[in-house]
Amino acid sequence: MMPAQGFGDLTLLLAIPVIGAALLLCLPRRQSAGLFAVALTASALAFLWSLKIFDRFDGSSGEMQLVERVAWVPAVGIQYIVGIDGISIFLVLLTTFLMPLALLASWSVRDKIKEYLIFMLLLETGMLGAFVALDMVLFYVFWEVMLVPMYFLIGVWGGTRRIYAALKFVLFTMAGSLLMLVAIIYLATRHAQATQVLTFNVLQFYELHLPVEQQYWLFIAFALSFAIKVPLFPFHTWLPDAHVEAPTAGSVILAGVLLKLGTYGFLRFAMPLFPDAAIALMPYLIALSVIGIVYGAAVAMMQTDIKKLVAYSSVSHLGFVMLGLCALNTQGVQGSVYQMLNHGLSTGGLFLMVGMIYDRRHTRLIAEFGGLWKQMPKFSALLLVVTFSSIGLPGLNGFVGEFLILLGAFRVTPRWTAVAATGVILGAIYMLWMFRRVIFGPLNNPENQKLKDLNGRELLILTPIIFLIVYMGVYPQPFLSRMQPAVELNLKRIFTLPVSPMAAQPDISGEQKNHGR
Amino acid sequence: MDANLVPLLPVVQVLVTALVVTLRDLFIKDDESRGILAFYSLVGLGLAGAEAVLLFGGRPESAFNDSFMLDRFALFFALVFILAAALTILTSIDYVRRAGIHEGEFYALILFATAGMIVMAAANDLMVFFLGLETMSIAVYVLTGMWRANGRSSEAAMKYFLMGAFATGFLLYGIALIYGATGSTNLTQISAYLLDQPTDWPIYLIGGGFLLLIGFSFKVGAVPFHFWVSYVYDGAPTPVTGFMSVAVKAAAFAAWGRILLYRLSPLDGDWVFPLWIVAIGTMTLGNLLAITQQSIKRMLAYSSIAHAGYLLIPIVVGLEWGGLPLLFYLLTYSFMTLGAFAVLTSMAEGGEARDGYSDFAGLGFKRPFLAIAMALFMLSLAGFPPLAGFTGKFYVFRSAVLSGQLNLAIIGVLNSLLSVVFYLRVIVAMYMEEGGAEGKSFRQAPFVYIAVAIALLGTIYLGILPADALNWSRQAFSSLE
Repeated sequence: MMPAQGFGDLTLLLAIPVIGAALLLCLPRRQSAGLFAVALTASALAFLWSLKIFDRFDGSSGEMQLVERVAWVPAVGIQYIVGIDGISIFLVLLTTFLMPLALLASWSVRDKIKEYLIFMLLLETGMLGAFVALDMVLFYVFWEVMLVPMYFLIGVWGGTRRIYAALKFVLFTMAGSLLMLVAIIYLATRHAQATQVLTFNVLQFYELHLPVEQQYWLFIAFALSFAIKVPLFPFHTWLPDAHVEAPTAGSVILAGVLLKLGTYGFLRFAMPLFPDAAIALMPYLIALSVIGIVYGAAVAMMQTDIKKLVAYSSVSHLGFVMLGLCALNTQGVQGSVYQMLNHGLSTGGLFLMVGMIYDRRHTRLIAEFGGLWKQMPKFSALLLVVTFSSIGLPGLNGFVGEFLILLGAFRVTPRWTAVAATGVILGAIYMLWMFRRVIFGPLNNPENQKLKDLNGRELLILTPIIFLIVYMGVYPQPFLSRMQPAVELNLKRIFTLPVSPMAAQPDISGEQKNHGR
Repeated sequence: MDANLVPLLPVVQVLVTALVVTLRDLFIKDDESRGILAFYSLVGLGLAGAEAVLLFGGRPESAFNDSFMLDRFALFFALVFILAAALTILTSIDYVRRAGIHEGEFYALILFATAGMIVMAAANDLMVFFLGLETMSIAVYVLTGMWRANGRSSEAAMKYFLMGAFATGFLLYGIALIYGATGSTNLTQISAYLLDQPTDWPIYLIGGGFLLLIGFSFKVGAVPFHFWVSYVYDGAPTPVTGFMSVAVKAAAFAAWGRILLYRLSPLDGDWVFPLWIVAIGTMTLGNLLAITQQSIKRMLAYSSIAHAGYLLIPIVVGLEWGGLPLLFYLLTYSFMTLGAFAVLTSMAEGGEARDGYSDFAGLGFKRPFLAIAMALFMLSLAGFPPLAGFTGKFYVFRSAVLSGQLNLAIIGVLNSLLSVVFYLRVIVAMYMEEGGAEGKSFRQAPFVYIAVAIALLGTIYLGILPADALNWSRQAFSSLE
């Protein structure tokens, strides 16, 4: 498909939240209902527009589609290139889907609501931009642009240790991304030397065959940046702080979308750009993923704060996503992409529901609750569905993703997969234990006896999530079939390159070549 | 006799403006408003800027037997100086009245300093360069001490004068040694001598080069010659600090670029390694010390040391790759730094500087425009895209990578990470802490707002659409060849 010169549909998608933010800037501060309405409309429009883009998207092709290209800084070959394939389209949809819900859930934010909404909308553009950018400098710009609104959301509207948590979030992320910037520049320099073409276009970088030693360093620089974002063990320490301090909507977006940028980065950039290094270093990444799965689950089990429990469960779940990517076969990678969406729905849902009871009780300690089933039956029933989705109960979405990941990983490394599978069991234990302590048991805390059940707004937030959790669990085919061509093309980029002798590790790449596709 | 006076046009324009301001000042009674003087200064600077823009399109011209060369390199810097001077004057209009500083002399001295800077950037002769340097330096010494009601201002002026005189000594001795070795002070002839005789230079020629290097390091505030910076920047009136950290620094880098990087480049094999160490030391020490500061003004002083370190990266890299980033970075740095100092100036009240972090607490919701602007300047200084600071750093680090100095690029980005800590602290104070920050409203200080708005536009424009400015930078440094 020929790239269109000039701006088009995707740019409009990126522009809608910015236009909304600009409108908000002009509105008076006191009209908080009006401000909400503008922000919600902008995010809802973005969602509808992304559905239209999805409609135009051809799921049978793995190539980049709806590509737009505009020269930006011609002197050094930086371009504005955006496009989507079967992987990024779903992440774009996830982002635009979660954003209106997160805004609806921000109803309890009263303080400085104007700035809050502006930052949320700018955050949306940053995330969408990072998913659709195909120029590495453009990607880096969006990657960093995202940081600033999130920094403000945590730092201004967060909990008691918000300033510490916000700074930690920024410093961790930047530590990785700045080294990635040097790697991007270096990569472009090598590309220019090899082909005499000045560009930062990632599709052109895919065709560059670098010597293995250079690939190692570049892969490590990229992988560090993405591993911090995922977060992969042992780079996860910023995550619990950021989640606990962030306001509800911040946590939803952080867990639902931002973390996916790390795994997306591995899949789109680090692995296909440096295939030899990726294949050679895969055993280490698998080990870190599996440690993350078990460690995250074990730590989650010991938490007394529900939000922290969900935060650590994210570390565990994202470990599964990484494990699937590292399998480097169709099932594994497809399961990973599917699991990214699932985690966005189930963990996003969990954070939303934690926020709902926090709004009522102003505490998140598990010990403070108990017996909510009697007082809040609707809440409890919906929480049960989301909990089951998070555990991976068959019939709900989480099962499909985890099953595919374990299937893919088992063909590559049965032993590590066996260890990872214990993470599923641990997950069931800590989630159900939390559920039992919060929902069942005697309703003996007088504070809890006054609790009101979900109102209409809250049901409106949760219904779409519950619907998708069930739908994606019983009928995953429309999603998986559209991902498959893009996933296969990505794997082809990794494996069609001549694997140099240095990178040939018998236990991983040997099996890959036999039945890797 | 070479009687081509066209190249002198911008300098003379600025000088004449300075004289007009000085004379007009005499005819204003003590109790009358002196706002007209700022107006004259701005008009004069505007005319000089327009002349520079017009000359930029033409071919390079030289005057006085090749000792004064107004090429695009000089014009590019002249425009940076004029911009810095104009923004400084806009920032100062309300400030000098409140602080009780004599307005006529204040504006005239800024103009004299600007004229000296243009001469420095255009000098093709070591003696002409020295004339420009002294014109600039003496004016800035006086500017530093002009806040006479404040003892720290006088102390800073004295220290600056002593340190500056010391640095001047190094420069002059270096010039003398180079003259002794090559028989000329004209840079074209010195360069020809170095190319004719590529080996067996007398040892005192290399010594002279090193003395120049030390003198320049003093002027840009590079480690280990940075000790004066924090005293002087802290003590000087706030708009003057902004002027020094942008224009004076840019002038020193302009001369460094033309003299050491271009004309004396055959010698650079001797000083690349020491400079490499100086660059890394300057970035790292500047950022580390900036973290520990309690006052935003001192933090900006140390951060300007760190930025001098980033600017040394293109100098270490050499003219081939480093020319364009050096010029472009100075342009981006000018907008964001002048903007930050303009916001800082607007906080001052009478005799009080109000430059601590706690004085900014709560500014975000009290004066939204000033706070948003300050936040963007801080993010830009820290190197966040899509702002000018990011594009500037991108090309600086790119030049390091292109020339094979990957380690410099890596140390540079790690330094950027360090700097995030203290730049974000300003944002923390403004938005995340409660406090009674008192910023001026637009009605109280309209001209500061205009200066902030111009700086903000520049910071955003150079961040999002850097292509034109990059093109100008490229034309400017390639006019040296």
